[in-house]
Amino acid sequence: MTLAQILLFAEGDADGPSGLTLELATKARTLADTVTAFAPAHGEAMAAELGAHGVSTVYALEGLGDGLVGVHAAAALAGHIDATSPDAVFFGQTTDGRDTAARLAVLADRPVSTNNVGAEIVDGGLVTEEPIFGGTQNIFTAYRAPAPALAMFRPKSFEAEPSGGGAAAVESVAAVDAGEAGRAKVTGRHAEERSGPQLDDAAVVVSGGRGLGQPEAYSMVDELAGLLGAASGASRAIVDAGWVPYAKQVGQTGKVVKPNVYIACGISGATQHLVGMKGSKNIVAINKDPEAPIFGVADLGIVGDVHKVMPALIEALKSR
Amino acid sequence: MKVVVCVKQIPDPAIPGELNPETNTLARDDKLILDESDSYGVEMALQLVEAAGGGEVSLVSMAPRSETSGLRTALAMGADDAVLISDDALAGSDALGTAKVLGAAIAELEADLVLAGVESSDGYTGTVPEMIAGVMGLPSITFAKQIEIADGVANVQRQTEAGYDQVECALPAVVSVTAGVVEPRYPSFKGIMAAKKKPVDSKDLAALGIDAAAVGVAGARQETVEVTDAPEREAGEIITDEGDAHANIVEFLTELKVI
Repeated sequence: MTLAQILLFAEGDADGPSGLTLELATKARTLADTVTAFAPAHGEAMAAELGAHGVSTVYALEGLGDGLVGVHAAAALAGHIDATSPDAVFFGQTTDGRDTAARLAVLADRPVSTNNVGAEIVDGGLVTEEPIFGGTQNIFTAYRAPAPALAMFRPKSFEAEPSGGGAAAVESVAAVDAGEAGRAKVTGRHAEERSGPQLDDAAVVVSGGRGLGQPEAYSMVDELAGLLGAASGASRAIVDAGWVPYAKQVGQTGKVVKPNVYIACGISGATQHLVGMKGSKNIVAINKDPEAPIFGVADLGIVGDVHKVMPALIEALKSR
Repeated sequence: MKVVVCVKQIPDPAIPGELNPETNTLARDDKLILDESDSYGVEMALQLVEAAGGGEVSLVSMAPRSETSGLRTALAMGADDAVLISDDALAGSDALGTAKVLGAAIAELEADLVLAGVESSDGYTGTVPEMIAGVMGLPSITFAKQIEIADGVANVQRQTEAGYDQVECALPAVVSVTAGVVEPRYPSFKGIMAAKKKPVDSKDLAALGIDAAAVGVAGARQETVEVTDAPEREAGEIITDEGDAHANIVEFLTELKVI
């Protein structure tokens, strides 16, 4: 049993849709006869790839300008869902995805189902799956408010796969005046420098945590990552402490990673962190506390001092 | 300048959480504490009021059983007063129901700025601050890592997937503060003593003029159909380092053809 139409909140840039957007498109087409997309920006640039992943029409918001996405996208979406009557609207659990879904929830007076990793259609209605308590349990929730169901999904919950479709049609959607609520303006955009493999799609991730002891010791994480062609990540503890930028954070807040190999160095494994990495295929953990929860998910756990094990490992890799 | 800070009082995260078997909502039977995520909003508010040369920091919280333990912690940090909304009909409220209640309570306070944490540590929907702005018809800037206020205008660095955006907005506005961007102060002994005497204004739903059907489990309009245990990962090999455990990692990576 499927829904008639799922509308996807499509995010991306001039190079095309984000990975998360394509993951959601792939899932949505198994749940609905028709998948459409609403793009707050870059609608034209995303049309080919969205079409290749099963989206029939991209509704491209015009005139966002320097306004914030959430409030303006929601104002336009409220009218758009009245006009097109989708059965569900899917959002990625991103900064703009959250803002837009939250604003739309108020405008349309209906709940948002958040932090989901799965979805199915039961008796014609949407049932979503959310991991709770650090992923030790899953809760399945049926949406009982009137359609469309608003649902948000965590990254890497589904595999993106092309459907073989042609480019999606693009239709313009005019901006709607969001009133005084829309008065915030973006006056500058700053991209942090990125080099080497990115956390989101690296095959190997090396992460460091509080067990490193001091900020300088994070250089061992970078060095090990460099030797393995890996991306470097971090626990929330050392991001909050200001050792490394937020962009490196792996966890409930931060990035969800599912690499082939995840190497956790001096990370105890708080549920906040486990949620973001326990989907990794292989997990190696180095921690001096044998009781650390990280060992509960490790395929290879080393009970030892990161300041001894990591330098020895780095030397061994260099001498190969 | 008057800053209102939304604070959530949550079960101690150090104690494993559990669901209420009847409602499948988070059990909140024990003492609640200040959500660490909200301590950043409180600290940011205190710093902004200090920078403005004076003003008031008021807290707003919705909690069961008129719980004030977490509020007292934030008052001990230096907040001036608090509004607490407590009502049996609020049990099981979702993010939207919570935002309706908090928004109604904040509207009575005539704030220049409303601060909140980006997301709570227990529910972490990350939607409540934006919903409060929606309910109140205010602009909002989420995921703030830096806030400057001058001449009634907020200049905010908003974290993005790529880096950050500089955002400008005339007040009043709702801003959600990212964890870790300021260093929350520890309450002093004097602060803790003073907090016991600071005013906490308790309200129920009727006082806010909110219909009980719009909040709580009924207002949430979502139904738990099943709770399952997630499959556990198979136990791996645990080795105590005797000086050569790095060789086990090399071997493991070699088997996986990573090196």
